[in-house]
Amino acid sequence: MTDLTNLTIASALNGLKNKEFSATELTNAHITAMENARDLNAFIVETPEIALKQAEVADVRYANGTALPLDGVPIGMKDLFCTKDTQTTAASHILEGFVPQYESTVSGKLWDAGCTMLGKLNLDEFAMGSANTTSHFGNVINPWKDQTNPNIDLVPGGSSGGSSAAVAARLCLGATGTDTGGSIRQPAAFTGTCGIKPTYGRCSRWGIVAFASSLDQAGAFARTVEDCALMLNTMCGHDAKDSTSSKQEVPDFTKALEGDLKGKKIGIPKEYRVDGMPEEIEKMWQQGMDWLKDQGAEIVDVSLPHTKYALPTYYIIAPAECSSNLARYDGIRYGQRVEGEDLTDLYELTRAQGFGEEVQRRIMIGTYVLSAGYYDAYYIKAQKVRRLITQDFENAFEQVDALLTPTAPSSAFAIGENDDDPIKMYLNDVFTVPTSLAGLPGMSVPAGLDSKGLPLGLQVIGKAWDEETVLNVARNIERAANFTAKPQILGVSKAA
Amino acid sequence: MSLTRDDVKKVARLSRLRMDDQQLDELAPKLNGILGFIEQLSEVDTDNVEPLSNVARSTLPLRDDVINDGECRDAVLANAPESEEGFFAVPKVVE
Repeated sequence: MTDLTNLTIASALNGLKNKEFSATELTNAHITAMENARDLNAFIVETPEIALKQAEVADVRYANGTALPLDGVPIGMKDLFCTKDTQTTAASHILEGFVPQYESTVSGKLWDAGCTMLGKLNLDEFAMGSANTTSHFGNVINPWKDQTNPNIDLVPGGSSGGSSAAVAARLCLGATGTDTGGSIRQPAAFTGTCGIKPTYGRCSRWGIVAFASSLDQAGAFARTVEDCALMLNTMCGHDAKDSTSSKQEVPDFTKALEGDLKGKKIGIPKEYRVDGMPEEIEKMWQQGMDWLKDQGAEIVDVSLPHTKYALPTYYIIAPAECSSNLARYDGIRYGQRVEGEDLTDLYELTRAQGFGEEVQRRIMIGTYVLSAGYYDAYYIKAQKVRRLITQDFENAFEQVDALLTPTAPSSAFAIGENDDDPIKMYLNDVFTVPTSLAGLPGMSVPAGLDSKGLPLGLQVIGKAWDEETVLNVARNIERAANFTAKPQILGVSKAA
Repeated sequence: MSLTRDDVKKVARLSRLRMDDQQLDELAPKLNGILGFIEQLSEVDTDNVEPLSNVARSTLPLRDDVINDGECRDAVLANAPESEEGFFAVPKVVE
């Protein structure tokens, strides 16, 4: 008996086409897995009835030969994407009970391609966090365990922690994520999954709850590079409803996967050798370079001199945009309301009770750096440094085709470990934030396990609009790494 | 540069976030920690550097000036905590 939850998207599509199993069977297997693994808290809302209805229609299309590109593929939807008639919360109390009257462009494209929706995935509140410990609906637990200390629960990374945990534990074949400073790549690294953030503008932001609009970008989680390419094929494309959505043609990303790296130059940014980086991560990085060399790539040392300023720049720009975007939660038009003596009282009480601690902190920082007298010193200054960071990448890409770095400075840590110190938590994104500031595509691919038996990821960064090289390099790492380890907690279901 | 409790109170007010004294006391050092961290940027030479606000690599498009949406009042009001006769309802703001 095959375990249907262990398939890749590509192999599931083959099996469906060859009538080895039905979309309904495939979806049912994942519903069982999702129910078995509720302890992970990966889903805020489960929607098995929607998934089964979609699967039923997919089965009809398979029967009459009109199957769609991702027909019958069960996925999870990060609860930051508005889904028509299904509660969308951004993991915040302030949006509890909010039922969108419209569908986000990206989720709509996935349903139109035949995907079935298992449910809405947990995340850090408003996607603000690196450990999925700020959700109003509780922490998500990483399905991987530290072999030297198997009794403690680890974080799945953040903010897309529900997405990473669900894909790793085989609760869905793929999931959506969003990445503002690393929210797809870092959780992918922490859970041994693949995660890609495409170039800013590739995916429409319409209908995605906004955090920092100049940085937010949707992307995909799956267990193989090919599956990520399949999802991107559907998710990307111009949308008139998002003025920053690009008209750039969307290639068939799966065509970019094959082929070695002869003639390709891969840059190693020296500034990414940060103090205190575990030796194991350093070794994994070297291993990655050797793999790429074996595939014919030339390894080139490059410099991104403003790297150390990326995090402080991000922690001005992202909170500034967050404070503006979150001004809309006023208790009037949607979401929770707390009654007050007058309108100001109502606003202040609603927002104080509706937002969690980290979100309030970021609103405050954002308000402060945008306030009269500080705007130039902080916000304009950060935008200037953002240009320097972007130029660093442009200079590097004159010499190389892609960059290789570790995805995160550590493997998954214990829940609560970095909660007391915001700066320590922010440092998790040290390798992913620069890419976000420059709006470039980045992907994390699992490379191996550390001495605790926890996954480590390597990050491939590409030129704007060159996801194809990113996917090609990532595929070469995947082939060489042959990462077959599975997490200790699986939603296993032996249907079919 | 360090935020006093009164500064934090002012920022909370601007942010429309109600905070009691204890919260203000707890928040001040955390915000100062973050501000100290972002202060690093002052060492970067940004003379003659243009601020970068948009990495979309395209100019914002114009659309035809025609109505392309509307007639959806009920959908707009569907999630309102309180609505009356087709409007959002708020506490009295004019005496």
